[in-house]
Amino acid sequence: MSSSHPITPVSTYLITWISLFILTGFTVYVASQDFGALNTPVALTVAVIKATLVVWFFMGLRYNTPLIKVTAVAGFLWLIIMFGITMSDYISRPWLGVPGR
Amino acid sequence: MAKPSTALRPGLGETSMAHSHAASMGAPAHTAHAAHDENPNLQHHFYSMDQQLEASVLGMWVFLVTEVMFFGGLFMAYIVYRTMYPTAWIESSHELNVYLGGINTAVLIVSSFTMAMAVRSAQTGWRTGQIFNLIGTMILGSTFLVIKYFEYAAKFTHHLVPGPHFQAPAGMEAIGNQMQIFFALYFIMTGIHAAHMVIGIVLMAVILVMAWRGKFGPHYYTPVEVGGLYWHFVDIVWIFLFPLLYLLGFHGGPGA
Repeated sequence: MSSSHPITPVSTYLITWISLFILTGFTVYVASQDFGALNTPVALTVAVIKATLVVWFFMGLRYNTPLIKVTAVAGFLWLIIMFGITMSDYISRPWLGVPGR
Repeated sequence: MAKPSTALRPGLGETSMAHSHAASMGAPAHTAHAAHDENPNLQHHFYSMDQQLEASVLGMWVFLVTEVMFFGGLFMAYIVYRTMYPTAWIESSHELNVYLGGINTAVLIVSSFTMAMAVRSAQTGWRTGQIFNLIGTMILGSTFLVIKYFEYAAKFTHHLVPGPHFQAPAGMEAIGNQMQIFFALYFIMTGIHAAHMVIGIVLMAVILVMAWRGKFGPHYYTPVEVGGLYWHFVDIVWIFLFPLLYLLGFHGGPGA
């Protein structure tokens, strides 16, 4: 009946769950060390990997149609565009001596 | 509104137009009609259960995209103020309890697992599995909220709630106002996240009743699937909140 949505094996969910646990432990450990400017990029990379695992396996996006995949990715894409354009403004204000920083 | 003529209903109408329209949607007219006879859960405006499920999942994802943008505005505020007041951000993050935040992260990950298992149990038609996993998800969600309550209570005790009673930690008086901005964002972001958890638990209760009545099986599990998408999304928000709020100042040693 639901050929477009095969049933995920329990082992896949278990591996996803354990991977998320390991990544959480890893990110806490890494955060306890000081890598200077790399602290946040490392933490965010782990967070993005964890979010991708949840979306791809738990939410089953890998079995969804291209239309749903595009919709899901579009949300995060627009978010990055908002962050990028907004920060290009805020970061460059002091360079130009623009008041309002 | 007049009753729709049979010519517009594929499967009943024998006109070539209705037939070709149905065929172009990937469902031959005769199977569409048969599907409605087979499954009482199939709404009249869908051709097949597959199409109905996809429409529901797509609708949920569109809603989740609006949620991404909703939380995205708060993350945007977080980023802007963090670049302005990096020291206040680290010192404020230092006041949060990394261990409670970490435990809550683990609790949410387990709840996402039980949620995924609830969806799977619905797909395989295993009623006991649906009930146990849904109850497990609700218990874990409630555990998260209880831990969150103790965290909030500690912030009130330590006078870290922004407002007239805010007191900057010793030696931080000069950046006290900047730290208030951090804690304002902390309470708004985690508070709205917690509100989503409460809504999720209510949704699970509704779905639990449906599961109890044996409504779900291989042919119909849309509410569990869509409710699961919502629950996983709330988990994802926390996956980003945890490092950005709690872990930011952790390298200075464990917080309060």
